[in-house]
Amino acid sequence: MGPNTAWYLGVAGFLFGVGTLGVLIRRNPLIVLLSLEIMLNGANLALIAFARHLNNGDGQIFALTVMAVAASEVVVGLGLIVALNRKRVPLDVDRLSSLRG
Amino acid sequence: MIVATVGNVLVWAVWVLAAFACLGSAIAVVSFSNPFFSALALIGNLGSLAVLYLLLSSEFVAAAQVLVYAGAVMVMFLFVIAYVGPRTESPWTGGPSWQAIGSVLAAGALLVEIVVVIGLKAGGALAHSHDVGGAFGTPSYIGRLFLTDHLLAFEITSIVLLVAAIGGVILGAHSRTATDEVPPL
Repeated sequence: MGPNTAWYLGVAGFLFGVGTLGVLIRRNPLIVLLSLEIMLNGANLALIAFARHLNNGDGQIFALTVMAVAASEVVVGLGLIVALNRKRVPLDVDRLSSLRG
Repeated sequence: MIVATVGNVLVWAVWVLAAFACLGSAIAVVSFSNPFFSALALIGNLGSLAVLYLLLSSEFVAAAQVLVYAGAVMVMFLFVIAYVGPRTESPWTGGPSWQAIGSVLAAGALLVEIVVVIGLKAGGALAHSHDVGGAFGTPSYIGRLFLTDHLLAFEITSIVLLVAAIGGVILGAHSRTATDEVPPL
């Protein structure tokens, strides 16, 4: 009944690939963070597909933990972007190459 | 029999809709030049992923996805994008650089690898999934797992969230008080 696990894993792999492309190729740090969310969601979809496949709830627990870690990562990333914007630094990851405090 | 067939077709139709919405909005997130539109496309991506989670009988995770991601996280994203201002990227100078070519090659290799591995396994172990009971994925099921088998992960998650909140406050407060003595980058 319905598509089997391989179809869901295909969607998850495609999401991960598209997210990787966005992280590598885009230069606006906001869009890099959004692409990172796509990668995390691809991994989450694979975890949940395997949880359903194996009738084991551990994958769902892992997915929920990934969501919490992603929320923390967004807080810190957006905090960095706001701090960069206050210092009038150009928002371009290719030009943010030094870590001088 | 007829009811089962109609149900099967309905599940496939919902799956195809959700999967294509998911893939299309993911490509839109990566290709829009304005981060505001990218964030709106990501909201669509998260919503269609929640539909896929519902099809995988993970009701609690789907609800958490909509509440946490499409609600809280995306509101924060949109707020910061509105604060920073809708600036678009400066266009490429001098044709495609070696970085862009390498990125496309790396992402394409990763995608091909994933699809080949799934395709090799699709006929065997992935074809027959276990039957799940009606309690699978309900909030009580998740809560029981979190508070018995995975209590350590639950507690560590709370510490991670606390540290992230403190880090966000420090990052925001530091640049407000010390703008004068910070050297220009």
